This record gives sequence, structure tokens and C-alpha cells, in this order.
Amino acid sequence: MKKYSAFSLFKNALSYHENWQKVWRSPTPKKDYDVIVVGGGGHGLATAYYLAKVHGITNIAVIEKGYLGGGNTARNTTIIRSNYLWDEAAQLYDLSLKLWEGLSQELNYNVMFSQRGVLNLGHNLQDMRDIERRVNANRLNGIDGEVVSPERIKEIAPLINISRDSRYPILGASWQPRGGTARHDAVAWGYARGADALGVDLIQQTEVTGIRRKDGAVVGVETTGGFIGARKVACVTAGNSSVVAAMAGLRLPVESRPLQALVSEPVKPCLDTVVMSNAVHGYISQSDKGDLVIGAGVDSYNGYGQRGSFHVVEHTIQAICELFPAFSRVRMNRQWGGIVDTCPDACPIISKTSVEGLYFNCGWGTGGFKATPGSGYVFADTVANDRPHPLAAAFNIDRFNTGALIDEHGAAGVAH
Amino acid sequence: MSQFRSINRLPTHTGAAIDFTFNGKAYQGIAGDTLASALLANGVDVVGRSFKYARPRGIFGHGAEEPNGIIQLGSGAGTIPNLKATQVELYQGLEASSVNGWPSVNVDVMGIVGALGRLMPPGFYYKTFMYPKKLWMTYEHFIRKAAGLGATPVEADPDSYDRLNQHCDVLVVGAGPAGLLAAREAARTGARVIIADEQSEFGGSLLASKQSIDGIKAAHWLASLVAELKAYSNVQLLPRSTVFGYYDHNFLTVLERRTDHLGLTSAHQVRQRVHRVRAAQVVLATGAFERPLVFAHNDIPGVMLASSVSTYVNRYGVAPGNKLVLFTTNDNAYQTALDWHQTGRDVVAVIDSRSNPSGDIVAAIKAQGIDVIAGHGLIEAQGNKRVKRALIAPINAAGTEVTGAVRTLNCDLIACSGGWSPAVHLSSHTGAKPVWDESIVGFRPGESKQQERSAGACRGTFDLAGCLAEGANAGAEAAKLSGYGEGNTQFPVCAVEEYKEQPQQALFLVPHTKSTSRAPSQFVDFQLDVSASAIELAVREGFESVEHVKRYTALGFGTDQGKLGNINGMAILANALDQSIAETGTTIFRPSYTPTTFGAIAGRDVNNLFDPERYTAMHRWHLDQGAEFENVGQWKRPWYFPQSGESMQDAVNREGLAVRNSVGILDATTLGKIDIQGPDAAEFITRMYTNSYLKLAPGKCRYGVMLKEDGMIFDDGVCACLGENHYLMFTTTGGAAGVLAWLELWQQTEWPELKVYFTSVTDHWTTATVTGPNARKVMAKVCSDIDLSNEAFSFMDWRDGTVAGIVARIFRISFTGELSYEVNVPAHYGRHIWEALIAAGEEFNITPYGTETMHVLRAEKGFIIVGQDTDGSMTPADMNMDWVVGKKKTFSFIGKRSLQRSDMLRENRKQLVGLKTLQAKDVLPEGAQVVFDAKQTIPMSMQGHVTSSYYSSSLGHSIALAVVKGGHSRLGQIVHCPLADGRTIAAEIVSSVFYDPKGERHHV
Amino acid sequence: MLLIHCPHCQEHRDEEEFSYGGEAHIVRPLEPDALNDQEWGDYLFFRTNSRGIHHEMWYHAVGCRRYFNATRNTVTYEILETYKTGTQPTITGANS
Repeated sequence: MKKYSAFSLFKNALSYHENWQKVWRSPTPKKDYDVIVVGGGGHGLATAYYLAKVHGITNIAVIEKGYLGGGNTARNTTIIRSNYLWDEAAQLYDLSLKLWEGLSQELNYNVMFSQRGVLNLGHNLQDMRDIERRVNANRLNGIDGEVVSPERIKEIAPLINISRDSRYPILGASWQPRGGTARHDAVAWGYARGADALGVDLIQQTEVTGIRRKDGAVVGVETTGGFIGARKVACVTAGNSSVVAAMAGLRLPVESRPLQALVSEPVKPCLDTVVMSNAVHGYISQSDKGDLVIGAGVDSYNGYGQRGSFHVVEHTIQAICELFPAFSRVRMNRQWGGIVDTCPDACPIISKTSVEGLYFNCGWGTGGFKATPGSGYVFADTVANDRPHPLAAAFNIDRFNTGALIDEHGAAGVAH
Repeated sequence: MSQFRSINRLPTHTGAAIDFTFNGKAYQGIAGDTLASALLANGVDVVGRSFKYARPRGIFGHGAEEPNGIIQLGSGAGTIPNLKATQVELYQGLEASSVNGWPSVNVDVMGIVGALGRLMPPGFYYKTFMYPKKLWMTYEHFIRKAAGLGATPVEADPDSYDRLNQHCDVLVVGAGPAGLLAAREAARTGARVIIADEQSEFGGSLLASKQSIDGIKAAHWLASLVAELKAYSNVQLLPRSTVFGYYDHNFLTVLERRTDHLGLTSAHQVRQRVHRVRAAQVVLATGAFERPLVFAHNDIPGVMLASSVSTYVNRYGVAPGNKLVLFTTNDNAYQTALDWHQTGRDVVAVIDSRSNPSGDIVAAIKAQGIDVIAGHGLIEAQGNKRVKRALIAPINAAGTEVTGAVRTLNCDLIACSGGWSPAVHLSSHTGAKPVWDESIVGFRPGESKQQERSAGACRGTFDLAGCLAEGANAGAEAAKLSGYGEGNTQFPVCAVEEYKEQPQQALFLVPHTKSTSRAPSQFVDFQLDVSASAIELAVREGFESVEHVKRYTALGFGTDQGKLGNINGMAILANALDQSIAETGTTIFRPSYTPTTFGAIAGRDVNNLFDPERYTAMHRWHLDQGAEFENVGQWKRPWYFPQSGESMQDAVNREGLAVRNSVGILDATTLGKIDIQGPDAAEFITRMYTNSYLKLAPGKCRYGVMLKEDGMIFDDGVCACLGENHYLMFTTTGGAAGVLAWLELWQQTEWPELKVYFTSVTDHWTTATVTGPNARKVMAKVCSDIDLSNEAFSFMDWRDGTVAGIVARIFRISFTGELSYEVNVPAHYGRHIWEALIAAGEEFNITPYGTETMHVLRAEKGFIIVGQDTDGSMTPADMNMDWVVGKKKTFSFIGKRSLQRSDMLRENRKQLVGLKTLQAKDVLPEGAQVVFDAKQTIPMSMQGHVTSSYYSSSLGHSIALAVVKGGHSRLGQIVHCPLADGRTIAAEIVSSVFYDPKGERHHV
Repeated sequence: MLLIHCPHCQEHRDEEEFSYGGEAHIVRPLEPDALNDQEWGDYLFFRTNSRGIHHEMWYHAVGCRRYFNATRNTVTYEILETYKTGTQPTITGANS
């Protein structure tokens, strides 16, 4: 892998950019692999990367039915934070945040991780109690955070409306300065390039259609390109988890729902942080290109259509206009939907299954993008060692039988 | 001023003068102008600078496709960023400015950056700015400063917006020839028709047409057709209305701009309205966009679409230059040369990429003495802020190579046409995948996923006669499918004079003498500075999917959404991948078709109307008393009643002491109330609550806890037996709607055999709670028909009676631990009863108190608030409320089985306890975390958290409720709360009941 | 925004009048106490989450306040039928 740098850019400019190396190979699949990762989104690519990098397992294929990073990786609002309530979730997301902090250098690919901070607003007394509780828990877990006043919020985001006369006035917020945003596509491409350089085969436009088992153990996957053998199969197929699970005769505690997002036309810098509100229900940041990137709530119904209902978009924009009355005259440029796999406790499943050699990483709901590096890291460890990584143990699928749920609805950012 | 004539305005065109300014300079246009036509009329070449390289840019198109003419309209609170000059109707006093360029669009220092463009290939930022790591935020700061187009206002929007729900049988999108005919055919059947068009006038391409239809000039033919449509009472015409989204089940959204053409803001009218249309059938007649040709420096001002040049000439009377070179791959664009020739200005030459163009219109052009140079490409435009020259050269038949010497033509205007791309956007919103059709060199709409059909140019039918016929058929078909007419059109085939066209050439990238990577930039997406070489580079780097290439280069991500660039870009990609366009595919178009104002999408549901406010009947009284309010769900509840000079704590102390020592009064109206009746009511309620109601007698109340099926506390409240088979269930204020839906769910879907019915009666009743040792004395003064003695009317009883002359129902239930009467009267008597109770209590100094004091009083008693002391992960046992779980119930009530799961039996579950700070005055913050060892290092082992915490004026020390791991067996232990301010507060674990632990006071 | 036919009201109404009730035809075990944790967990949380034909409950929350079932394609969102609680769908998919 040729290293990217300002120097390489300059050198290539001299030759009219005619000599750039390919970012990854387009390999023909081998007959079998040590590990097949099903799903070439951010989490799957990160899993493959860490399997190769940390665990030395390089005989790996990532099988993607469309193009790399084309699912939720390409459709989210790119918010990154780790201020989750429960120890288990906070520690997992903070591992992720720590990895984000060095990711551009680790991958030699600028993922444009921008630590511009995240505000989670409180609009009623119970919101503020929950914020206090969460920030206190974060601090004692070693995660940055503070509770800030409306006046401080106004300093951080000058166009925000902190009037006491609002329908649901802003009473305060939690503020995590280390949070921020990243360039979503770059994350997938950076991991893909890194994994490819370590020998991982990235196989695009190939769909897994079956999971072949023998004596209760995985032996490989059926694909649109034929059977490919594998000792271990790791499924990371957000938006399609239940469908893939069904191929192995499993059911999941997951429902797939549309999650919509939208962007405005690009405008000059006017919002230098991420603002999220559960109570009035919207979240917003401004991309480096100038777009206001806005998230909507999860649609109420199950749906695999990557489309949602318009009234959800209306409610979201109402919330944004309520928080930022000046944005009322800005215009929506584009809206779209992704498919989020939601678990009953708004926490993911990172788990072995009842089928030997079959692993699932799914159910991230609205929290998937920010978890990409940490998710890949602990899942790779879980797959490599056939036992849960210590930070993944609590996210075992068994919790839905024992009752040891980790209820993160309050911190998940979107009311389900 | 009226004598003023703009340099490019044709003498044939006149109109009332309109003054406007652009970048601070005064100009004049005429009525009917867009900002773009007025700027062109005044010879303004540079209207903006490009996003990445800051290259000077001029008006390129004439409608929604415009990539360059992006402007900021007005200033102050009403300013609007990013409008397309081609879509802004000129009004008197209009002020506009360019969105980029510093110090001005003509002298932009960022142009220096643009000159270094070669250092900024697509994706350059992924490859650099990484080292040193800590500088990224600095790099990014400058990247952000350079980005963005216009500026958002910084004040609240002065305008108002609304939404209108509409239903129709046939919605016609687009009022060009096809749409108009569709609307007329549908209208004739009696179907309810809505026809919407984004322009100020109906007519589409006919507005700039010199053709005749049935021997009548297009403009006249159009006027009579529009007049006919207006005469139908079943037709709604929506000009200035853009259908911006096509959603499931034939739901379409239309943005109507009602006042934008009149001025920047509108004080008395709705500025914009979103029509939310549910249509039985839809006809899409959205037309097509002319495709630019991709040649070197095709972005210099003075390069325009051929159809745009014709539109400016024919519709606006503006000739944007003097010496035209037309560059085309098709017959259609020759019309522009004819149009230009008729203005009397010079057509330097027509450059045709085809080796042997032979159509009728080619002959017509030659007959005018115009030079047609066939088999050539216009390979490069030259000039700085305006085109000065065109370089042309012979090219091979495939259009891939320059085959001969380059010649120079002097000119100041280049009109180009690479054919037409159907506007398949709306059908694509429905999930229909556009299909490549080699015969039209474009994508046609894919197979319909909704009740829609396309007609005219958006379906790839480009001749006028064909558009008219197709529109008529589509209108008749749509009407029939919605239940009107027989589906046959009454439309006679129109006689249209038009030139029969010869096949066009598919030419997506004009070759240059240099390779694509070395030639001057050949722009594909003007707004985002995406060139052909950028696309080829993306492929060279291994990005093969069209989505990857789009994302890597930003192709199509501008505010024009790639209306001009996408097809060329995909074709260049296909060529680089050595595959067909059909194999390469297209990206999926998403709403919004054109950018849509947030305020309009929000409609009226902002500010005061963002969410309804619910008030109790005593709200005005509370206001008069100066109450501070708390939002509880949608309700406004009095939080506390400060007297002059009092702090909140002062007020709460006073209110609390009044209740404990004499009597207080609370507005408890907001509690949810559900009337439950039916022979199986008791059985049903018993299945829903953890305890049993089978033996609850009329006149009695019982406190119950409701679980979700996962065993977690979901709601709580008192349920009263009003009579045989008749109950009243109280819910929490916030939980009322959810509990009703929950009851309905189980009754209707699981136990339909149980005869039981539910009615929400929350709003029927006003509730005033009189509580405190003197409560009985107060009640006795206003109620004479109930024996109020403790023996006759005991705790957890209810009675009907008369209070202050009003029929009332009184419950002896208590959330304060004091003797309490909850007086319920029909809601309209609320204020009367409230004032009567206040008057009766005057001698006891009856004190109104709010939710804060209510919270303190109940916390003193250890009563939980669901949602504050519980969080969706708490069982009754966790709350030390095993007593409320019926052990002998035969039916496995909702949630029961879950209480036996292994995690519920864990010993160190978080359990509700009291916390008493070692320093009496220290009040723990709610949300403080509890640790056992204060000296440990971070990360600390957290053992629980404070859920409720107050200073108790009655007890003279602080009190707190907390959930602590294994708390029930830790009474007496000391725990610590490390706070954000660095303090650590120590507290003793105590019983959660601080006040009157034996519960004697409410039994008196 | 979906257009939903309420089989009780006999009307097509906008989705905004309804709330979604999750997968239909999940019967509560008659004897919960006889189930082990896994069987009970299965009932509580595990769902087919079909891609394609899906039978689901809807509640006409601001209409007749009654629950009913719909057979809906979760990919195209087409509602193939709605039917009253307690009755069976006429359209079923391979994995529903």
C-alpha cells in the first residue's frame, strides 16, 4: 500500500494523477477462507481489518451484496459520541471514540473525524435529571462531559433559541467536547483499503444466499457467485440481520425500521457543533461542505424499503425550526432513508450463536456509525477467540432470555 | 429611467421597468423577467464563483437545472440563500448578491486556490491533512470557511407558512404540452384534477416556442387551453408550484410559492404552502433537461444550453451576446441558431459532431447562409470571464478522438446541446428504476411502482405532436382508472409544424488534443467542479460502482442535484469501466426535486403551535397568582407559587410546611382517568395490575402498579370501584394515553372474550386535592351531604356528594401522607370549586402548592414517581413494593413471568432506598452517582444513583431516594456521591420512608 | 405516508391516524409459568421481522380506537389487505 500524504499528492499532480494505485483489489473469491465476513459496511470492513491487523488472521473474505459502505454507512448523519448511560454501553462506545481519535493515522486515510462536540438538550425537569445522571456516570467512567446552562449552549451554538417562552424551552444540555462527526464514506473506504492491504479479499456485488452448516457448525456460505467455504462466518448486515439469521434457522430480537435523514443546501458556517434533542426530536450538525445534516425519528413500522413517511420528516423539520428559528428559510436539498435494526433495549447484539462458528453483530439501531471502530474491534476479537471480548460480553444475545437488558433508549438519541 | 434599455434586450420586447440591484449595483429589468434574464439583459457575465476552484461562472440554463447562478436574495431576517437566479421572478427593489467570491465575484482571491486545482483532485482531503494529527481541526476550520454557498439568516423567519391536505382523482405534474393535454382530458370526464407547474406561467416549452399548433401560434393556442382549464370547476391550477416528492401510496408533496414573486417577505400572507396531495392517479409530465456538452473550459461565462439561449431570446427578449457558436449533436438544437439569426445577431457557425447531418432543419439553417461545420467538435472554450474564442477540430465518427487541425472561431456565446435527458426524478422517487434507452440517448422512467404514468418529454417523447397526443392519452387513462370516463380521448390529433429530426449522436465527452487527464478541465458537474478527469481518476483508483464514483467525486451532490451533469458523468464512467451505460446504471434520485424551504415543510406547527398546550380549568387562577409552570407532557402544571421576594426553595418550604401543619390544595386535574365498565372489568383489571381487584367493593379504592410484559414498572395509580362492573382507573399524567392504548391492546387482541370497555375521561373532570391535618375542617364547610368522619369515610374510600353546590366525587387517597380529599367535579366547574375551597380554607391559611412541593411531600413518604424513580428497568421488588404484587392471583398477570427470569432474581439489583446526607443541609443533586468507595480512581465502580432529592422543611434536613445495588440489605451503610464540582457528599442508606413511617397521619 | 384501510371504519385514512402495533398473531402463552426463560424470552422479544409479506397490528388511535391487522409488504410498503383481529389473513408469504 502506497502511503498517502501531501507529498504523494504533489508528486502525483506532476504526473497528472495518472499513476495513483488502486485503493483495493478486485479479487476472484478463493474456494475457502478462515473467516468470511458477511456485509461490507463500516462494521464488517472494520471487523475484517482488525481480524487481520490485531489477530493475524488474513485469510478472510468480506462479501458484500452491493458496493462497499453502501448501506447505513452511506446513509447516516455521521454523529460520533460516547456519552451513553450504562457502563456497558458507555465503555463500548468510548473504546470506539478512542479508536476514532487515531483512525486517520491508523488507516493513513483522512476520515475527517471532527471533534466539534455534541450537545444533548434537555427541555423538561426529567430530561435534566436524566442528563445529570448520564453526565455523572460518564465522568466516573472516565468519559468527558459536563452539564451546561442555556447561556453556555448559546455560546456554543449562537443561532439556537434559548428563549424561556418556547413551547419546550431549553433548560440545559449535556456537552461532550470529544464528540463530533466524521466523513462516513471515508470510514468504509479507509478500512477497506487497510484490510485489502493486509490481504483481505473484498468481494462486491455478491450476495450471500445461504449459510451452509454441518453437524451444527458452519462450513461456508452460498452466494450468488457459488459456494465459498469458511471455518467461521461473521454476519454484520445491518438492515438485513433477520434475513441473514433466518438462513441459519435463527430468529433475532430485532425489528428493521426506516430511519430518515435529510440535508439542506450548503450554507456558510453557522453551526460548529452537533445538537441533539430527544424531547423536541431532531438532531443537526453542519458538514464540512456546508450542508445542515439533520436526522429524523425512526418510522413506527417495520420496513426494508430505505424510505419512510413524510410526516416524520415534517416533525423533524418542525423541531429544527423550533430549535433554530433562523433555519426556517434554508431549504431541504435531499432526503433519504436507511434501515435500522432495532433491539428492544436500544443496544446491539455482539454475540456467538447456537451455531458453532457463526457470529452476529447487529441491532445497533441508530447508534451504529459512531460505534464502527469499536464494534469491529471487539467483534474481531470475539470471532478470533470464539468467546466474547470483555466489552462485548454484556451484549450477548442471551440477555433477552435472562432479562439483563441494557436500556439505552434515553441515550440513544431517538425515541423508538 | 423608463428610457433605459439594457444592452442585450431585444427591441421587440417591452414591459414595465423594474429596478433591482446585483452585488450592490443598480440595474433595470422588465416585467416578466427572471433575475437571470434581467442579468443577461444587462450584460452581467459573472454571477458567481465555483465551489472548489473559485472559477468565474455565468448563467448556464434557464430553470431548475441552473448550476451556476446561485444567489443570495435580500438581507436581514428575510434573506434567502442559494436561490437559482433562473427561478427568481424579478420584483421592484429586488436585491441579490453572489454567494461566493471575495472581495468580489470579479476579483476573487480564492481564484489563486483554483489555479492550484491540480493539487485538489477528487478525494484529495482523504489523502492529506492527516499529519500532524493535532492540526486537523485547524485545517478543517479553513476547509469549512471555504465551503458553503449562501448564508443563512441569523434571525427568526418573519414569514408564515401552512400546509393543505388535498385529495384528487388525477394529479398532473407539469403544465407543458403533455401535462396540459392530460389535465384537459381528465377534466372533461368530471374527475377532480390538480395540475401543478413550477413556473409562474403554464406552458412549459410552449412559452418559448415559435411553433404553430393547428395553424395557431403556440402562445395563443396555449392561452385558450389554459382558459379552458380555468373554466372547469373540478380543476385546480397551481402555478409556481413544484411537486418535490413522490411518496408511498400516491402521496405527493407540492410546494406552492405564493408571495415570493412580490417581495422578499410577506407581512400579511402565507409565503409558501405545502399541498399534501393524496392522488388516485398521477400523470407525470415533467419534461426533460437539455444535456450540456463536456468540452475543455465549458464553464466559462458565455457557454450556455442551446434551449436556454432560445428561451432567453424568445420568451424574455434577451440575446445574451453577439456572436454565437452553436455546438450540437442533434437536429433539435439547430432551432437555436435560427432563433438567434432572427434577432439579427451573428451566428458564427454551427458545429455538428455528426459527420453528415442531413435533416430538414439543417437545410433550413444552411439556407440562411449559416456555416454548418460537420464532423467537428468544439473542443475548448477560451476566455477569462467571458468566452472569446472557440477551438474546433474534426473528430472521428465515434467522437473519441481529434483527427485533424484545430481551428479558432471568435465568438462571445457558445450554445451547446448534447440531446435531452428525461426528467425521471419523480418516478424514481417511487423506487422505479430508470431504464437506459439507446434510441433516445437517455433514461426513460422505469416500470411504475405507484398509480402513475409518464407522458411527453419525461418519457422520452420529444416531438410536440407526440407530447400532445401522449399527454391526452395519459389524462384519459388516469381519469378512467380513478373512475371517470371511458379512457378514450376526445383530443383530435393536432397538426404541428415541426422539422422531422434525424438521429442524434451520443457524445458525452468531447475529445481534446490532450488526454482527459491533461486537457484543460472538462466540467461535468459545474457547481461542484467535477471534471471528466476526476471521474476517470476515481475509476483508476478502483472506484467502480456509480455510487462510489458519485460519492468520491461529489458528482450530482449540488443544489441542482445533477440535473445537467449526471448522465454525462455516468456515461464517462461507463466508458472508463469499458461497460455500457445500462450496465453502469444510474443513481437513485431522492426528494426534494428542487430545494424546499424548511419553514414550508414545518407549516404552522412551529412556535406556539409546535405542540398543543393543555390547561386545567384553574389555569387562569394559577396565572393570576403568579405561579411558575412546569411542562408535564403537554400539560402546563403549576410548579410552585412564589410570593413576592421568595426564592423557589422559600416557596417550596412554605408550601410544604402548610400541608404538614395545616392544609394545602393542589390542582391534580392532569392525572389520567380511564372509565372501565363491563361484566369482566374486575377480571381484566386484575390481569393488568400486579394486585387483585376481584374483591374490591364499590366505594373502595386500591393502589396498583402496572408492568410491561417484561416485568418492568410502566405506570401506577389508584383504581376505584364505582359500582358493580364499573371502575375508574387513575394513571400518571404523562402515561394516560399510553395506558389506554395498552388496555385496548390486551382486551382487543388477546382477550376479546372479556367484556370490558374503556373510555378516557381525563378531560371530563377537574380535581382539587385538599390535604393536611385541617383538610376535614375545610371540607366540612363546603360539603354537608357526606359524613366526613373517619369511621364513615375512611382512607381509600370514595363518596359521591355535593361540594359548594356542585355534584362531586371525593376520593380519600393521599400522595402526601396527610389526611386528603381529592375532589372531582365536572371540568367546567373547576374554577368555581377551586375558589370555594380556597375561601373555605382561608381561616386555616389554605396554601396552594405546585408539583415541586408535591414531589417533596411524596418523597418524604417514600412514594415513587414512575419515570423518575424508575427508568424502565425497575421491578416492583426493586422498588421495595413486593406488597403490591398479588401472590395468590391465579391468572399470570402481565409481567409476572418475567419477574422470575434469572436476572430479576440477582441479589445486587438496584433497589430503592432512602439516602440521608451526613450534613443535614447538603442536598444531593438528582442524578448523582453512588459509589461505595470514594477514594477509588476513575473509572469508578458505580453502585446506583439518586433519583429524587429535596430539602425537607418539615424534617429540617435533606432527603433523597436512590436506587443502590443490593440496597435493601445495606441499610445503615455509608455511600458517597462524587459530584462534577469536585465535592463528594457522604450519605447513609436509610429507609425510603422518612416521614410518619407508620402511616398514621393519613388514617386520622 | 401510508394510506391504511381501517376494516372497522371501512375507510382509507392517513397513517397519521394510526399507530403501529408490531407483529401480529403472536399469541400469549396460556401458561407462562410453565415456560423456561428461553421460551419466555422468545415470546417476549424474538420476531420474524419478515422482509416481504408481514402481518402486523395497527391501532386506529385517533379514529375508532380499535386494533386490526394488516398484511403489508415491508419492501414495497404495499398493504395487501387489512383484516379484523381474530381473523386470519388471506395472503401469506413464504416466511411469514
